[in-house]
Amino acid sequence: MERLEDIIAAHAGREGPLLPILHDVQAAFGHISEEAIRAIASALNLSRAEVHGVVSFYHDFATDADPRPQVKLCRAEACQARGVDALVAALDESVRAQLGTVYCLGLCSAGPSALVGDTVHARLDPTTLSELVEQTK
Amino acid sequence: MTTVRISDDALALACGADAVAAAFTAAGATVERVSSWGMHWLEPLVEVGGIGWGPVGPGDVQAILDGGLDAKCIGPVAAHPFIMRQQRFTFARAGKTRPLNLDDYAATGGWDGLRKAREIGPEAIVETVTASGLRGRGGAGFPAGIKWKTVAGAAGGEKYIVCNADEGDSGTFADRMVMEGDPFMLIEGMAIAAEAVGAQRGYVYIRSEYPHAIAKMQAAIAASAEIVAPFELEVRVGAGAYVCGEETSLLNSLEGKRGEVRAKPPLPAIEGLFGKPTVVNNVLTLAAVPWILANGADGYAEVGFGRSRGTMPIQIAGNVKHGGLFEVGFGITLGELVNDIGGGTASGRPVRAVQVGGPLGAYHPPSDFHLPFDYEAFAAADGLIGHAGIVVFDDTVDMAAQARFAMEFCAAESCGKCTPCRLGAVRGMEVIDRIRSGAGRQLETIERMPQMHNMPKQGRDPAEEIALLTDLCETMKFGSLCALGGFTPYPVMSALKHWPEDFGAT
Repeated sequence: MERLEDIIAAHAGREGPLLPILHDVQAAFGHISEEAIRAIASALNLSRAEVHGVVSFYHDFATDADPRPQVKLCRAEACQARGVDALVAALDESVRAQLGTVYCLGLCSAGPSALVGDTVHARLDPTTLSELVEQTK
Repeated sequence: MTTVRISDDALALACGADAVAAAFTAAGATVERVSSWGMHWLEPLVEVGGIGWGPVGPGDVQAILDGGLDAKCIGPVAAHPFIMRQQRFTFARAGKTRPLNLDDYAATGGWDGLRKAREIGPEAIVETVTASGLRGRGGAGFPAGIKWKTVAGAAGGEKYIVCNADEGDSGTFADRMVMEGDPFMLIEGMAIAAEAVGAQRGYVYIRSEYPHAIAKMQAAIAASAEIVAPFELEVRVGAGAYVCGEETSLLNSLEGKRGEVRAKPPLPAIEGLFGKPTVVNNVLTLAAVPWILANGADGYAEVGFGRSRGTMPIQIAGNVKHGGLFEVGFGITLGELVNDIGGGTASGRPVRAVQVGGPLGAYHPPSDFHLPFDYEAFAAADGLIGHAGIVVFDDTVDMAAQARFAMEFCAAESCGKCTPCRLGAVRGMEVIDRIRSGAGRQLETIERMPQMHNMPKQGRDPAEEIALLTDLCETMKFGSLCALGGFTPYPVMSALKHWPEDFGAT
């Protein structure tokens, strides 16, 4: 709880502090809990509904914890043109890790690509994608 | 000791540049991390004494240090045909400088534009930008000088400069490359805009999918804070919402709200961030400004085609042999970009479709390859150049599936504010699904409740479903508040128009 209050305090003086706070809460706890929403709303003088509305609007924020690291695979048009859908079809049989989708990593000339944490991977084929998912589990 | 230059651009990293750099260091070489030349099919590209090799793996390192590996040698990098055919204004430093090195930046003309801007003052800055013919590079193509003039003339003490770095379009990466490869140029462009309109604060709104661009911009802002002072800059990170690339959604997001579109008017130039007059420009627009100020408006305006002046950093992507960043004056044809420069498909199969302008851009068949790259020419051909990304597909693509994906994407990313986008996209998916199944809408599969006075009385055959899809697209195009709902009909209708056979219609 102390960490939550620290995060809120660190941003409270900024213009438009809500998104930076939510990013830090998501990074620290892996999700944004009901308790966090309550504390943030109270600190920023917003209603809980307003904060919840923002949390639920953005794909980056989750209200439920999922401790598994995520492989975010780009499935936008450029990666589709380079065969990402076939990769997913090949992977579905064995995949156990959290495989998320992201629309465009800006690596469109070297797809299919994926983001794991802050590391990027391009030119994926069935073997390298499987390895990536395995390593991330 | 041998000095080896390797890019630390995200694409180079994604292709394994760090491992190659580590191998060179282990072999006793000095490694210098520079920006990317934009020849993505050659990344990781390694440069020793101006001679390049690519794509290089850790196993190639010793052979390169021994002066061999002819199979991967491309000769002098700066003289490569892909580079020689370009007119690099915005990407003049690409591949040549260390992104976060202030000495490299100053030695290559950095801060000349800002110095000039401070000499000539606000009115003359706006005049110069107007005279250059620079139009917003984010997609809408609105003249930058007119926008700046509006903000400069707006009442109210506090004003903002907001850089739209929410580059979410598939097939586009020029903004990312500017931020990772030449971040001081973007900062200089924003500082010049601040001089022009009298702003004290600026924000760079970067999408969270670009962690490397975020890190580079934060470091560059810290390193150049004294140079651009009293102007203050800050990075804000998006949270995974495509619609926040629309300027009014972006402003709402910056304020900490849901990224919902605002109705215009009022224009952001009058009532923008926190209700204050705000310049909202794309990365490429602001990045073009230092060159214009340093070299004069005429030098920029004399390049280009028709009303599209200057250069456009075109991003060649998808199933293409030579993908990358190609900056050139407007007017080059689509066919030259795909076949001559891109080298055709990576798979070696025939090109079937090229999507220009991101997920909301039209799909063009090879019969459109004569089109000159220019805002007006593409609009006349029922398309748009958007942020100048082109995505190549070979003949294995199912165009009805691509049309369906466009609707699905719009449904997933709609902010929900306006009905044509929020509901139209969902209905669009359903109609396309029925068209693709070939069954049309059958009465017996519709839930029939006798008490419903408005229960469906007629089924629809697939041809009538196509008419319905066309009508729906018209409604979305003219009834949506912003480009997400308004432009989704471009990929859908272009797919239907050029490849009716994929929809079971001929």
